[in-house]
Amino acid sequence: MKIIVVGGGAAGLMASLRIAEMKQEVELFSLVPVKRSHTGCAQGGINGALNTKGENDSTEQHFIDTVFGGDFLANQPPVKAMCEAAPKIIYALDRMGMMFTRTQEGLLDLRPFGGTKHRRTAFSSATTGQQLLNTLDEQVRRYEVQGLVKKREGWEFLSAILDDNGYCRGIVAQNILTMEIEAFQADAVILATGGLGMIYGRSTNGMTSTGTAASIVYQQGAYFANGEFIQIHPTALPGEDKRRLMSESARGDGGRIWTYRDGQPWYFLEEWYPAYGNLVPRDVAARAIFKVCNELGYKINGEDVVYLDLTHLDPKELDRKLGGIIEIYEKFIGEDPRKIPMRIFPSMHYSMGGLWTDYNHMTNIPGLFAAGECDYMYHGANRLGGNSLMSATYSGMVAGPNAVNFVNGLSERRYLKESTIEEYKQKEIEAFRKITKMDGSENPHVIHREMGDFMTEHVTIERYNDKLKETDNKLMDLEERWSRIKLNDNSKYANQNAMFIRNLKDMMKLARVITVGALARNESRGSHYKPDFPNRDDENWLKTTKAQYTPDGPVLSYEEVDTSLLAPRERRYDVNVNKKEGK
Amino acid sequence: MIHLIIKRQDSPDSKPYTQEFLVPVTKNMNVVTALMEIKKNPVTKDGQMVNPVAWDCNCLEEVCGACTMRINGKARQACSALIADLEQPIRLEPLTKFPVMRDLIVDRSKMFEALKRLKAWVEIDGSFDVGRGPRLPRHKQEEVYPISKCMTCGCCLEVCPNFSKDSDFIGPAPIAQVKLFNTHPIGNMQKADRLEALKDKGGIASCGNAQNCVEACPKQIPLTDALGKLNREVNIFTLSRFFDF
Repeated sequence: MKIIVVGGGAAGLMASLRIAEMKQEVELFSLVPVKRSHTGCAQGGINGALNTKGENDSTEQHFIDTVFGGDFLANQPPVKAMCEAAPKIIYALDRMGMMFTRTQEGLLDLRPFGGTKHRRTAFSSATTGQQLLNTLDEQVRRYEVQGLVKKREGWEFLSAILDDNGYCRGIVAQNILTMEIEAFQADAVILATGGLGMIYGRSTNGMTSTGTAASIVYQQGAYFANGEFIQIHPTALPGEDKRRLMSESARGDGGRIWTYRDGQPWYFLEEWYPAYGNLVPRDVAARAIFKVCNELGYKINGEDVVYLDLTHLDPKELDRKLGGIIEIYEKFIGEDPRKIPMRIFPSMHYSMGGLWTDYNHMTNIPGLFAAGECDYMYHGANRLGGNSLMSATYSGMVAGPNAVNFVNGLSERRYLKESTIEEYKQKEIEAFRKITKMDGSENPHVIHREMGDFMTEHVTIERYNDKLKETDNKLMDLEERWSRIKLNDNSKYANQNAMFIRNLKDMMKLARVITVGALARNESRGSHYKPDFPNRDDENWLKTTKAQYTPDGPVLSYEEVDTSLLAPRERRYDVNVNKKEGK
Repeated sequence: MIHLIIKRQDSPDSKPYTQEFLVPVTKNMNVVTALMEIKKNPVTKDGQMVNPVAWDCNCLEEVCGACTMRINGKARQACSALIADLEQPIRLEPLTKFPVMRDLIVDRSKMFEALKRLKAWVEIDGSFDVGRGPRLPRHKQEEVYPISKCMTCGCCLEVCPNFSKDSDFIGPAPIAQVKLFNTHPIGNMQKADRLEALKDKGGIASCGNAQNCVEACPKQIPLTDALGKLNREVNIFTLSRFFDF
């Protein structure tokens, strides 16, 4: 048996590791050497109710916080399973050698994080994602040496290969240096291709987070669920090339958000949300900062920023626990955050939505699985900080064995015709050949910037139906302009602009899923906020959005949310309503 | 305008050449922003339309190590190289110790291969639940945590006089990883395997103690300290094998 895993971040590596542990073969595809994946940029920590701080934490409370934080849009049984597995996963990572920050007695330290009253976030200073990524990379390398994992780094996913019965039986991919396009067979395929921040132009995401792999299989018939739920991280550094993340752990470890009002520091989060203060969930904090700068007009030197202040904290402890982000701020801004408050503003950060899967992480295309940020499973309408590294790792852990079990459960080996494989391959070769001949007048980078600016302006914190409609029209217009692009690189080798043009088209398709989903959902829930519909509307909208591709645009349908474990209640962070009291 | 002089190469087998570009200045600009501008509008200083410059990058916050190149002669990441701090014209070249693929893209797979040879992982029975892991004193964690921030970027190998395309020396970054795994309480149980690998040809004995690596590391990993300690350990290990004590 051979399973193809696409993507070498936390989810893809964990899936590969689990499959290899089952003594099955893995072929692991990644755009970059896996150690350079975007998981490495996660900073603050990974959540699991270790309950080692004498606070009566429990996996049940983790489950409640996560479901509540997600405004009740997540199906509850898989969230519960993740929270129950979380402490075990953290201990396994520790055994694998992940360099977690320690307490005085040598145990894993835990820090406070947003949307919870318990210290539940294990961490490696402020580089937790990098340490997690390195650790899983090392474990997978061990199986690479044993011959169970074959890595194909520097390959881009172009298409899933479906057999006559519609089962996924392999992929077509392109070598990003030699430009060679090749078909690869497998018994099942797991996509673990991460986020889609590049659709917004500038975000906290890396350059490879384009969402194109998910977009491609969506265009091949996989449902994309809850696309309209985009997490805006409250604290990022504005920048021309990207928005750099300043971890939530800065607030977890005592950082305070403020701006000047009448010449005095105004700690608006602490004033508005006394129960949670600076540790309200990200959607709440981002909206508050947006309101302060835009609606109330409190700017700093005319700029849309507020302060994230660490200057009252012990510099030695800051270096120990937040060294990673302090270094980023110093290198990119040139100021010392131990002495001068950091200037930050919200930025696109994470997609709660993703490929629809069943609880086994299989999409509606049999044999095609999705794990990590490219799935939609655990975060509902808003993700809590520290839950992404956990959901990525956990979903990989689940998807890997489930793919193996799926193949084992098939009654007989189906025959995949050579001609089918060749057809898929030739289709991609032809599509790429067409791109290399593009000789119009449009510049793909200009189109990308326009798309990103429109999405950032209209499909982030505040959403208005007329603006969403305008954005959808703009996207259709940009798609039309796409066909008139000029490729300015005739190189036969590592032609990055040609590949970017292909990505751009797929990004546009997914941008429409996000926009159309947002337009339809006339309520406010989690990260999705419409001032014209300011309340959550469970009667009409407690349901999962499922987008299906058609050439004329996404068609939406809806699916009931499984709320069998915790009854939906009003989500508030100004007072404590989030206590353990199961249904 | 910013003036860039870029060393280019169309493919692994072709000859390198140089082109110059002028790029408009933007706020807080870094070398990546300048390269993005060239990608958008690849016109040389003399007004000639050319193929855009190819380079590697991903995170843009000096974590992934992808965008490492020589900037004004120094190996570093393009994302954290702020234009305001650089002398102009800015010279960009690919790393010299690795095979060039195209323009500023090099193949650093040799570094990952070295990690295989050194068994740079903690061998556990499986990723399943066996309960809490072993305790690790805080000071030990803090001693090796910097090593775990290695981006495998190649800066230390670029400046090492004993590492070259043809030499078999595996270089400071991969070697330092051994200290990380030997410090971890479970990893320590497999310490002998890694020391054995370090003893081999191209291992720790090939280090000439030039100490360039520690200066070049963008993450301030105490490479020379790690290599020095490992060297002693390998010597003791060899002696203990020899005398069987």
